[in-house]
Amino acid sequence: MAQVTAPSPARPVEVELRPAPPVDLGRAARLGLIGGVAMVLVAATGIVGTFQTRLLIDPILPLGLLFLYLLAFAFGWMAGKPPAALEGFAPARANSRNLVAGALAGALGGLCVGVLAALMSTFDLRGVFVQLSPQLLEILTFGLPLGAAIIAIVAISAVAGAIGAGVHLLPIRLKRSLLPALVWVMMFALFTDLVGQLFAGLSAEFLTDFLFTGRGGALTIVGAITVFIVVFVAYWLLGGRETTLRGRIEAMPRGQRTRFSLIAAAVILIILWFVPKVMGPFVSQVLDTAGIYLLMALGLNIVVGYAGMLDLGYVAFFAVGAYTGAILTSPQSPAFTPQLLLIVAIPFVMIAAALAGLMVATPVIRMRGDYLAIVTLGFGEIARILFNSEWLAPIFGGAQGITNIPDLRIGPLQLSTPQDYFYPIFLVVLIAAYVTYALQNSRWGRAWMAMREDESVAEAMGVNVVTAKLSAFVVGAVLASFGGALFGAQIGSVFPHSFDIVVSVTVLVIIIVGGMGSVPGVALGALVLIVLPNLLREFSQYQFLFYGVLLIVMMLTKPEGFIPSKRRAQELHADELSQDAWLDIYGDKPTTDATTTEPPR
Amino acid sequence: MNDGSRGTPILSLRGVNTHYGPAHILKDVDIDIYPGEMVCLLGGNASGKTTTLKTMLGYVKPSSGAVFLEGENVNDWTTARRVGHGLTMVPENRRLFKRMTVRENLEIGAYLRHRENHGADYDRIFEMFPRVKERLTQRAGTLSGGEQQMVAMGRALMAHPKVLLMDEPSMGLAPLLVAQNFEIIDQINEAGTTVFMVEQNANMALSIADRGYVLQTGRIVLNDTSQGLLANPQMRQAYLGELEN
Repeated sequence: MAQVTAPSPARPVEVELRPAPPVDLGRAARLGLIGGVAMVLVAATGIVGTFQTRLLIDPILPLGLLFLYLLAFAFGWMAGKPPAALEGFAPARANSRNLVAGALAGALGGLCVGVLAALMSTFDLRGVFVQLSPQLLEILTFGLPLGAAIIAIVAISAVAGAIGAGVHLLPIRLKRSLLPALVWVMMFALFTDLVGQLFAGLSAEFLTDFLFTGRGGALTIVGAITVFIVVFVAYWLLGGRETTLRGRIEAMPRGQRTRFSLIAAAVILIILWFVPKVMGPFVSQVLDTAGIYLLMALGLNIVVGYAGMLDLGYVAFFAVGAYTGAILTSPQSPAFTPQLLLIVAIPFVMIAAALAGLMVATPVIRMRGDYLAIVTLGFGEIARILFNSEWLAPIFGGAQGITNIPDLRIGPLQLSTPQDYFYPIFLVVLIAAYVTYALQNSRWGRAWMAMREDESVAEAMGVNVVTAKLSAFVVGAVLASFGGALFGAQIGSVFPHSFDIVVSVTVLVIIIVGGMGSVPGVALGALVLIVLPNLLREFSQYQFLFYGVLLIVMMLTKPEGFIPSKRRAQELHADELSQDAWLDIYGDKPTTDATTTEPPR
Repeated sequence: MNDGSRGTPILSLRGVNTHYGPAHILKDVDIDIYPGEMVCLLGGNASGKTTTLKTMLGYVKPSSGAVFLEGENVNDWTTARRVGHGLTMVPENRRLFKRMTVRENLEIGAYLRHRENHGADYDRIFEMFPRVKERLTQRAGTLSGGEQQMVAMGRALMAHPKVLLMDEPSMGLAPLLVAQNFEIIDQINEAGTTVFMVEQNANMALSIADRGYVLQTGRIVLNDTSQGLLANPQMRQAYLGELEN
């Protein structure tokens, strides 16, 4: 028996698929209680009360209660979701048991709210929870007596949960038409200003008058039904086709695909050209802000996503860019007033940012992970405190900042409105996106990634980690400084308090939520985290609460971000896939020999 | 020792002492590696084998003594500069860049040769390891241990090393793969690359190496040809698994 044999390759064994496990009602109950806690928290933080004044669909659907029962719907959806297909098991089919699970989860969630209502009517909880007011009780109980109200709450939640679970029972084509239709109705109802502005910009105000109760009013029932039908029909027709758009693009021959992407890029550019003209000053302002954050996110993406260095003080470079631009262009700058044109000042802004990047990076070169994060966090605060200090006030103006920053002028073009600024900001964003993308596939990019993976081995391959780290910091700093300079010019003034830690955190959240290392992901992240909260006035008060919730949900369910780079997507889900083969939910051994099962490639 | 005929050593340590803080790791270590040789460094755990490699590559600076590369004192050189002058390492446990593809791993190997054409290098590596060619677009972390070893060797060869440093090439591999691996190291050496190998598997290492050093608690205690070491009673007892008789 001395002979050594290679492990025999996995034999193609005919394995009888075992029936899928049924939906777990215990899990549904647990989800229901978690949902209940979430619903109680939504009430206790005042979200229900604040949002209640906003009518989504006039006159039947106030946002506050809808929000509450959407949670019941969501947890019902989760509870009724058939378990994921595992190797060796038949795919699960949804049936009435799924509905029961959804209803159970919803009812338990509703029960928690009912208990809250009972507590509120018995005790005065406002000493601890300011928001638990009699008005809220009135909203929660629909003005009914307590017993009837609890029954109503539980019943509504159960129905919402069952509907949520029912989504899994729908045929796929119906599901793919119904859900987008509902989402679009929600969007029309939530973004009334945006939609109204869009119609006004396109000289189609008659649509506003038809769908809404008036200019700036809520969606009418007729409007909601119209939007629903239009979207539903459109998706139904699209859903009937055999191939997806993406599939057809991928099937194109190479030359045709290049041509197609060029045309698509041209169309997008043309649309971008008209966006500020159609959308007016308010939306343009929001987009400008998003563009500046996007620019910073692209820069931080290089430092964190590519080179793997967690920089929590990134705002420092944004501030350096803004202040350098302000000092060089503003006549009000305290110490030094060259009053350059911003376009002329930009090279100096870049140099200042690069120097700041080197200054921060040099002492932290030998630090990794947590240490690096803490030290950069400190640097971010140091920058803000220095700009704010009395000591440096003769240069930076202290708390008064620097005002009177002239608007950007390019040749004969004098920019002034938010619509004007949209163009330079997005031009720089496009350049930054291109640079990021090109770096990814370059020798530098590979060196950064190798360093992120294993610093000392990268060094043994000849990568000079000192230069690599410094260059990542400098590239990141320069991108942020562009954002800063444009920000200063657009706002017309810079103050130290614009550069606090929240900016760093927001930028980091954008790249985490969007997808670290992925340019389209970062763009979507900026859209979701900057544009949406600014357009939804009701939400702005709870902006950071939603960031937190979004981050937790993302980390639990989609840690690679909305649009991940391919690498990270594989990395974060490879483990799950390979676990499938080993997972043994019945507690007995699978019929095939598990030791010969290789993880899927 | 009749070293006189062999010319200048390609890599040598002269009187090297290395400290980690107060801990004295390497004590007066002298190692000479001549062009074309295969030399192994044997020793038990914590004898200072890996520190020797780190000193050679410049991760650790010797507190006294010096590292010479082709006769030049390189104590003040960065690791990257030493790599540029022909030192390359295959690290312990392969340590591939797991999230990068096999091709990207190989390209990083040729990081300092970016102006040259790598076509011939790829061909050579594919000839040596046909499996690597099939796996080019796959992430290195998904490969089996044996395949990872192949990529790690390929990655090092992409640098065109004059001296290939190997840290425990047998670590964590099945016996069959260890044998294959040593065969390939032998081939690489036959093709003209100098090899310096750190190993615990003394039998295996001495079967292909020309000479060997034995390190014990930071001191070179034995230094002989492979045949000499294999015959040495002290060596047989301590490292070749033979009991006193």
